[in-house]
Amino acid sequence: MRFACKTLVLVNALACAGLVQAADIKIGIAEALTGGAAQYGVAISNGFQLAAEEINAKGGINGNKITLVIEDEQGKKEESINVFKKLIFQDKVLMIFGPTLSNSMFAAGPVANAAKTVVFGTSVTANGITDVGPYVFRNSVMESDVLPVTVATATKHYQLKKVAVIYGNDDAFTKSGYDVFKKVLEEQKLPVTTTETYVKGDVDFKAQLTKIKGSNPDAVVCSCLAEEAANIMLQARGLGIKAPFIGGNGFNSPKLFEISKLAGEGTFVGSPWSNTNPAPANQAFVAAYQKKYKAEPNQFAAQAYDALNVAAAALKDIKLSGDIVADREALKNALPKATISGATGPFKFRPAKTRSGQPGGWDADQKPFIYLVKGGKFTLYSSK
Amino acid sequence: MLEQQLLNALTLGSVYALFALGFTLVFGVLAVINLSHGAVFMVGSYAALALVTHFDAPLWLAILGAMLISGTIGLLVDVLILKPLRARNAPHLIPMIATIGVGIMLTSAAQGMFGAEVLRFPEETLPAGEFIVGNVHVRALELAIVAIAFILMAVLFTLIKRTQLGRALRAIAESPKAAWLLGINVEGLFHVTSFVAAALGGVAGVLIGLDFNAITPQMGQPILHKGIAVIILGGMGDIRGALIGGLFLGFAEVISKAYLSSQMGDAVAFGLLFLILLVRPSGLFGRKLERKA
Repeated sequence: MRFACKTLVLVNALACAGLVQAADIKIGIAEALTGGAAQYGVAISNGFQLAAEEINAKGGINGNKITLVIEDEQGKKEESINVFKKLIFQDKVLMIFGPTLSNSMFAAGPVANAAKTVVFGTSVTANGITDVGPYVFRNSVMESDVLPVTVATATKHYQLKKVAVIYGNDDAFTKSGYDVFKKVLEEQKLPVTTTETYVKGDVDFKAQLTKIKGSNPDAVVCSCLAEEAANIMLQARGLGIKAPFIGGNGFNSPKLFEISKLAGEGTFVGSPWSNTNPAPANQAFVAAYQKKYKAEPNQFAAQAYDALNVAAAALKDIKLSGDIVADREALKNALPKATISGATGPFKFRPAKTRSGQPGGWDADQKPFIYLVKGGKFTLYSSK
Repeated sequence: MLEQQLLNALTLGSVYALFALGFTLVFGVLAVINLSHGAVFMVGSYAALALVTHFDAPLWLAILGAMLISGTIGLLVDVLILKPLRARNAPHLIPMIATIGVGIMLTSAAQGMFGAEVLRFPEETLPAGEFIVGNVHVRALELAIVAIAFILMAVLFTLIKRTQLGRALRAIAESPKAAWLLGINVEGLFHVTSFVAAALGGVAGVLIGLDFNAITPQMGQPILHKGIAVIILGGMGDIRGALIGGLFLGFAEVISKAYLSSQMGDAVAFGLLFLILLVRPSGLFGRKLERKA
C-alpha cells in the first residue's frame, strides 16, 4: 500500500512537471490536398498525421507534444509560396514539411531558406532541389541513386539489346527522371529506339505506344507517375506490345499493379519503400496505417511518416528555448545528424552535391530495393 | 502502323465529336457557352462507374443511367442558373462565368465524394474481345465507342432536321423572340436542349472513361478546351461542324504525334485550327455570324 502511494505521488509529480514545461512543437505541413497532385498530397498528409499521433501517444518529444498546422498548397507554385509565408511568419512554425511537387519546391523552397526555416520535402526528387540552400532537406531518395541499379538489373535479367522510352515532359518529377534515365542508358550503352512524350493529364497514349510498337524494343522505359503508368501499360497491352516495362520512382505504388493487373507483369522498379519489406518498423507502419485510414499506404505516406520521425529524432537532441529564431537554427544544425530505422529502412542524411559547388541542403542516403512485379505484386528481386 | 494510328484517331475523334455536339447544341439554341460541360462529362463517368460498382448494373444500363444523371444536372443548371439570368436579361458573359462556377462546384463535389485518385471500371465489366486484323489490334470496346458515338450523332441529326421538335429548335436558334411569337414553348425547349446536351456530354464521359479507363475529378478540363476548339472549328452552333471538327481534331492530334513528335500533338492540332480560321473565320460550317444551328 505504501509502495502504491509513493508511486502515485511520483507519477503526479512527473505529470505536474510535464504540465509546467510542456509546450507544443508547431510543425507546418504544406501539401497538395486538392487538385491534380492531391493523390500524393493526401497520402503524405496521412503519413504525417499517423506519425504525429504515435509520437504524441508515446508522450511527445521530451514531453512536448507535436501539433501539425496543415495547409493545402493545391499543387501550385504560387499557392505554395503563399502557404509557406503563412506558416513561417503568421503561424511561426518550427519547420515545414512539403510541398508535394518538385515544381512547387523550386518556387517555395527559397522562401523558407531565406527565412532561415528548415523545409523538409518528402516527395520532391527532382535534381537541384537541395541546391536551394542549407535549410532544405529531403528524404525522398533521388532517381539518380535508384535508376542505374534498376536499369542494370533489368538489362541483365532480360538480356536487353534496345529499349524505347516514354515520359511526361511537363512535370519536374517525370522530366528529371527521364534525364536520369537518358544518362543511365548512355552510360550502360543501351540503344534507344524512340523517345515519346506526353503531358500531365493525358489519358490517351495510343498514338505514342503505336509508334513504340513499330520500333520493336525489348523493353519500355517509363518515367511516369503511377496513374499515367497504369494507363500506359494497359493501352500498350491492348495494342499488342509484349515488351516488359522498366519504371522510375513514379511506379512505386502497390495500386499501380493492382490496377494494371497482368499488364504490369515483369516490370522492374527500384524503390525506396515497399509494403512487403519485412522490417518490423515497416510492418508496424503498414498495420497502423491500414487501421487508421482503412486503406493501403503507399511510398509517399511511408516517406512522410519516416520524415516526421527523423525530425523527432533530431528534436530529441535539442533544448527548445522558445525563441523561434534560435530554435529554428538549432533544428537546422541538429537535423543532419539524425538517423532512424524507419518504414523505408535505415535512414541518414548526406550533404547535397550542388552544381555551383556552394554548400547546399541535405539529401537522403539510402539504398534502393529492386523489385520485379510478379502476379500483380512487388517481389524483391534476387539474381540467379 | 498507319492503320493502327487511324483507328486510334477515329476512336478519339468520335468521342471529341460527341462531346462537342452537346456543347454546340447549347450554344446554338441557348446562345450560352456552357463551360460546365466538361464537368458534366466528368459526372457522366462517375455516374456510370458508381452504377457499375455499387449496383452491379450492366454496362448498357450504366450508360443510360449516366445519361439520365448528367442530363438532369444539365437541366438543373438551366432551371436554377441560366433561367434566372435570362429573366434578368444578363449580358452574354454572365451565364458563361456562372457555368465556370458550376464546373468548379461539380469538380469539388466529385472529389469530395469519390476522392482525388484515379478510379477505373473493374476489368470484368469492360467488353472483352479483341480482333487482330493484319497488324492492327482492334478492341471490341473501341468498336462499341465509335458505334455509340455515331448512332447518337445520327439520332440527333435526324431529330434536328426531320422532326417538329427539331424545327422548333432551329427556329429558336434563329430568333428566340420570333419563335416565341410563333407560339413555340421557348423555355420548355431550352430545358430539353440543356438536358439532351448534358446527356450527350455524360455519354462522352462514360466512353472516354471506358476507353482510357481513368476517371478523375479533373478529367473534364482538357476535353473542355478541345471541345471549345472543335465547335469554333466546325462553326459555332453547327452540328455537322461538331462532328467533322471533332474527327478532324482527333486525326490531327494522333497523326502529328505519330509522324512529327509526341510533343507536337496539341501544337499541330491547334496550329491547323488557327490556319483554318484564317481562311474561314466563322469555321467550316458556320455561315454568317448571326445565324446559328
